[in-house]
Amino acid sequence: MTDTGLVSDELQPAPTPSQPKPVTGVALGGLLLSLVGIALMVLTGVDLRDYNHGGPVSTIVAAVLVLASLYPLWPTALAFAAGRERSALLGDDELVAARRASARGREEGQIAMGYAAAAIIVAVLLLVALSEHDGNSVANTFFTSSAWRKSFPEMLPAFWTNVWVAVVAQVFVLVFGLLLAIMRMLPGRAGAPLRAIALIYCDVFRAIPAIVVIFLIVFGVPLAFPGTANWPGTWLGIVALTMTYSAYVAEVYRAGLASIHPSQSAAARSLGLSYTQTLRTVLVPQAVRRVIPPLLNDFISLQKDTALLSAAGIGEVLLVAKLWEANLFNLSPVLLAAAFFIVITIPQARFVDRLIDRDAAKRKGQ
Amino acid sequence: MAFLEIDDVHKSYGQTEVLKGVSLDVERHEVVCLIGASGSGKSTLLRCVNALEEISSGAIRIEGDTVSGTGVDLNVLRRDVGIVFQSYNLFPHMSVLENITLAPTRIDGLPKAEARERAMGLLESVGMAEKADAYPDMLSGGQQQRVAIVRALAMQPRVMLLDEITAALDPELVGDVLEIVRELARGGLTMLLATHEMGFAKEVASQVCFLDQGSICERGTARDIFENPREERTQQFLSRVVQSGRL
Repeated sequence: MTDTGLVSDELQPAPTPSQPKPVTGVALGGLLLSLVGIALMVLTGVDLRDYNHGGPVSTIVAAVLVLASLYPLWPTALAFAAGRERSALLGDDELVAARRASARGREEGQIAMGYAAAAIIVAVLLLVALSEHDGNSVANTFFTSSAWRKSFPEMLPAFWTNVWVAVVAQVFVLVFGLLLAIMRMLPGRAGAPLRAIALIYCDVFRAIPAIVVIFLIVFGVPLAFPGTANWPGTWLGIVALTMTYSAYVAEVYRAGLASIHPSQSAAARSLGLSYTQTLRTVLVPQAVRRVIPPLLNDFISLQKDTALLSAAGIGEVLLVAKLWEANLFNLSPVLLAAAFFIVITIPQARFVDRLIDRDAAKRKGQ
Repeated sequence: MAFLEIDDVHKSYGQTEVLKGVSLDVERHEVVCLIGASGSGKSTLLRCVNALEEISSGAIRIEGDTVSGTGVDLNVLRRDVGIVFQSYNLFPHMSVLENITLAPTRIDGLPKAEARERAMGLLESVGMAEKADAYPDMLSGGQQQRVAIVRALAMQPRVMLLDEITAALDPELVGDVLEIVRELARGGLTMLLATHEMGFAKEVASQVCFLDQGSICERGTARDIFENPREERTQQFLSRVVQSGRL
């Protein structure tokens, strides 16, 4: 061995063995949270039975909730046991075994805390929902099943309007957004004025609240262009949503196009493909695949914003829900409208996830 | 008049001059190897010949016709001059066959069946026919590079530019790719290649140019350059290559 200055006993000293971490604190934390969770859940169970006047279903649900809240006691007990084991092993100088016992105990303690915290959150939410003031509660304001039954037959066809508006607007947005994105990336001096127009459009329409655009278009266009006075409001609503969301989607496309490595464009150009051919066959297909997740984000926003059309008097689901709400003095129909949006949005997210996975699998040959 | 003439080419990026007056004549059927350290301008020179980079001054001529500067139909130039890159740059969303037939069908207007036939013939000769329907991500680096060479060849270029095409490959995959280049050289394809594979340059090059800091420092036959380098900088470069075990 020669002294190189890179290696020496001072530079690389022998390590000191690591000591097992304490367990008791974590175990006590688990115990404390478990007890709080159980106490809150017992209160919840009592409230739930009272709310339903001691009916059998509520008794069973209350019992299940309380039993579930007992679960964190089990990992708490394991944590305490591991803590005792750790002390015993440490006494016997079994350092490695003591470290293992400590790690196990701490993990059990953390598991107890995690489940107990979840029980506390659920209990608090239910307590708020069941709390009554002068005969009113969260539960019967939002979850009155008779109100749901009455409003449902009118709400469902109204929601169809939302779906239809969203789908048509999305198709327009896909095309118009891509045109804007390409306009923003036109090269050279010749492209400069068009780049500027696209830039201003995106800035302006991302700045204006969607509801303002809807007002301006749905109420303004029939006044400004008398020929359009007979156009259905839903079509003008689609125009307004398309104008707003194209600005967002153009930005998404642009980010996607910019994320394709310049070497792809170089390879295409070197084969003799023109700028337009390169864009169409190489850049756009790759960019679209990359932007599908953020695109879905904007599409979900668009779907939700179809509810804004109610402000312009278009007969979609929120408008109908508000009529029922005024009729019944109860917000349950509005919650039903919310449920409709949830029901159509979640499967879409999963569907897009699957599409992306399938495309990735195809390219990797799986 | 040489087939490919590079005449006093300068290229700057802002204040940095990357090529400082490079002149080089390449005859038909010649294989010219560019060697030199990273940043010496090898890649930039190749990219300039293909007009992927615009040159600042000087001229590039193919058979006497100037192909650099404004007003040149780049799409015509690039049909004549193919390039293969270090990082393959296959199109990941297309199968091997689609990668190869894209340019012939779109630009030469070749019917699909004919383009397919041409592509399959070329794939056959590089031992990749059974991968025609695979996607680039399913292939090893060496296989991707072979496809990239075929993609460039499918346009039937008269000059091929190879930009360190084995630099990104695992050592055991380099041989297959070099074998194809050897085959092309035997077939008489005019090639200009930047490479770090000194042994290979020695074997195939009819002319070797050592680039240093943006200009050609020394040129000659492979034997001249590798065995009797005259310039001190060439000697230093080669001795560093030997030290790293690459020659």
